[in-house]
Amino acid sequence: MEPAVRLTGITKKFGSAEANRNVSLSIMQGTIHAIVGENGAGKSTLAKLIYGMYRSDGGTIEINGKAVAFASPGDAIAAGIGMVHQHFMLVPTLTVTENVILGLEKKRLFSPLALKKSGDIIRQLSRKYDFAVDPDALVSALSVGEEQRVEIIKVLYRNAGILILDEPTAVLTPQETDTLFTVLRSLCRAGKTILIITHKLDEVLAVADTVSVMRQGEVTGTLPCRKTTKEELAVMMVGRSVLLRVENPAPSPGKTMLSVENLDYRTDDGRYKLQKLNFSIRAGEIFGIAGVEGNGQSELLSLLWGLNRKSGAISGKILLEGTDITGKTPAAISALGVSLVPEDRLKHAVITAYSVTENMLFGRHRETLFHNRSGFNRKTVNDFARKLRETYDIRCRDLDNQPLASLSGGNQQKVVVARELERPGLKLLILAQPTRGVDIGAIEMIHRSIIGARDKGAAILLISSELDELIALSTRIGCIYKGSIRRIFTETELSEGREKEHSFEQEIGLNIT
Amino acid sequence: MTFRSFRFFIPVLAVTAAGLCSVVIISLTGRDPFMIYEKLFRATLLSGYGSGQVLFKTTTLIFTGLAVALPFRAKLFNIGGEGQLQLGALAAAITGTLLPVSFPAEAAVPITAIAAMAAGGIWGGASGILKVKFGVNEVISTIMLNFIAQAATGYLLTCRFAVPSTEHTPEIGNSSMLPGLDDLFGIFSGSPVNITILLALASVLFAAFYLFRSRAGYELRSVGLQPEAADYAGIRSGRHIIAIMSIGGALAGVAALNLVSGYKHYYESGLTGGFGFSGIAVALLAGAHPLWIVPSALFFGLLEYGGLAVGAYVPKDIFMIIQALTILIVIVLNARKR
Repeated sequence: MEPAVRLTGITKKFGSAEANRNVSLSIMQGTIHAIVGENGAGKSTLAKLIYGMYRSDGGTIEINGKAVAFASPGDAIAAGIGMVHQHFMLVPTLTVTENVILGLEKKRLFSPLALKKSGDIIRQLSRKYDFAVDPDALVSALSVGEEQRVEIIKVLYRNAGILILDEPTAVLTPQETDTLFTVLRSLCRAGKTILIITHKLDEVLAVADTVSVMRQGEVTGTLPCRKTTKEELAVMMVGRSVLLRVENPAPSPGKTMLSVENLDYRTDDGRYKLQKLNFSIRAGEIFGIAGVEGNGQSELLSLLWGLNRKSGAISGKILLEGTDITGKTPAAISALGVSLVPEDRLKHAVITAYSVTENMLFGRHRETLFHNRSGFNRKTVNDFARKLRETYDIRCRDLDNQPLASLSGGNQQKVVVARELERPGLKLLILAQPTRGVDIGAIEMIHRSIIGARDKGAAILLISSELDELIALSTRIGCIYKGSIRRIFTETELSEGREKEHSFEQEIGLNIT
Repeated sequence: MTFRSFRFFIPVLAVTAAGLCSVVIISLTGRDPFMIYEKLFRATLLSGYGSGQVLFKTTTLIFTGLAVALPFRAKLFNIGGEGQLQLGALAAAITGTLLPVSFPAEAAVPITAIAAMAAGGIWGGASGILKVKFGVNEVISTIMLNFIAQAATGYLLTCRFAVPSTEHTPEIGNSSMLPGLDDLFGIFSGSPVNITILLALASVLFAAFYLFRSRAGYELRSVGLQPEAADYAGIRSGRHIIAIMSIGGALAGVAALNLVSGYKHYYESGLTGGFGFSGIAVALLAGAHPLWIVPSALFFGLLEYGGLAVGAYVPKDIFMIIQALTILIVIVLNARKR
């Protein structure tokens, strides 16, 4: 077998930081090659170098045995390389065919497009690789999985022999992921070379032939997938052994803390986002919510946190220890002992330009303990910040002067989690994607703290798109679909499910689509 | 919680670059730029009267600069300093004439100040309310309110308060007048600089404290940096927007003490002479940092008075060009940094 892509001694610097250091790698023709690593390990940089989005500062790239130096993605496409980005780049108001040929029309302005011919090519491609995509459908009518297949078709239509997929499963349900893998395998059989960038080790082992692990810009090893395990890969990624699944001692739930009763939420344009939503959480248990994004999770979060008070129509009740909190402000709700770790950390949970200390106070700055006349009591605040840094192992140089933006994603999230978990009199903790974009080492720490808060008697609502996270942490799991809870898996079902994780994930998958 | 370090590289570079441009422009008018600058510095820094004039202009510019800088921290652009100042000045003049002669100065001066702050504050606060309640962009509303203030002060002056056949109000009572530094200490001989400059410096300290040490400032800056995150943290952005626009307006308004109580002792049309607008330049050059407003206001004060002092040789417009160039360069450099 010939290598389709051969990298020798690739180095890429951003300023003084080396994103890739002396990377050498061979990707064999007709195989699925995965690159795994934590955030910031340099995987995406490497992919962008191959795709011509960046130029390397040293080393050579050979494609099919020929040394190349791409000046732009255009050159890479001409050399038969295609990339499917994590965020799709499709025009929703155009059909599949129109999207696929966009940029390749080769027609004068105002002359008709060869839509029929292109449509036929797409149909052929679909048949050949089992895509099941209708070329005449509008992109806006497609599911996320289908949109991704359109992106792959776009690449194939341009005659790519080498496909790069950046975090392809981040937005997919377990069923859609399986479909994607089937597609990838059939592409592979047809002789295409596939490079997957990901951080999900299970998936790597399920689909790839070879896996390369990256850490701090370097490749720490390349192994055949048959001969490795998840644990071995994790050690190579992090540089030390990590607990992939946090210990989850049996919970001892107490009285009901939160109960959501017949909650309806209708937007101003009349669409129901939540319909007859019912669930309750007891003190000392973690209630997980599984669901595909856009099935009402964000609306539920806004209502629980008192946002969206002024738009849309709400009916039903949200009772915290028996008191209705609908219509209360975020300040009032948090004062009752409710904490929120929102989904989009950088946008909603922190002020990136503020120092680490200032961020540890953010949203809790109304607590009189921190006050000193009209300002803050510097000593209490500093002691508090130092205590959080110690307890949650937050890595930063200078608490008071370093802006939060300069911390790694994992440490940023630790700041948020620490702040919210340490709220005095914590009764309800709402977590949305608590480990998104967080490295493995930090995930372990965050998961342990969540279990710790549960054992101290907080009721916890956990919304996550990572099913393995839900299964590992939750006491019960509710499946949300189109704004209502369709099925709740009980504590017993969960402990059984943990034994046979893959089929349990499939079962949850069936209830959220 | 710390006073943010200020990158003074950009302002210094901008001032230098604009200075070099001015050398070229002055040469183009057929004058020797070094002679002009020599005369300019002689007439300002090296003369007691000239320095006093510069400090007088600086005082007004500190207030109008703060009026822009404070709302700027909440990502609000207060273009309304001019209107807020005009209303403040008219209010101060009217209050000064209405107070009985026997009124003690200890009460008359604060009352005048409160009247000027209220007039400016209401005008600034109105933009805040329009923004929060109706979503009106504050740039639009402050410009419109400027027109209204211009027209309203014009009308009130001509038809109500002006001394017949003049364009100014009657002189304010002695008790509301503020002494000049010349009267008090015999410095800056005969120049209009007065003790309002101390109030200006106190306002700078107040603004720095408010922004960087108080809880209100902590919340306010977060509203400016990331409004959505502020909502999540339970911060009432609307209140902050209205409050900071009112405070900004009040600061512009209280500059009236410098112009009316400390100098002219009456209101006349054209008294505010664009100081409200120059405040925008002052704030931009200072990076909206209260402490840096002082050198920034000094720089613009120097150009404003210096331009007048060498008016016999080169048109004053050249110095307006330099001011505008400085600001453009600051904006371009800041945009490049991103």
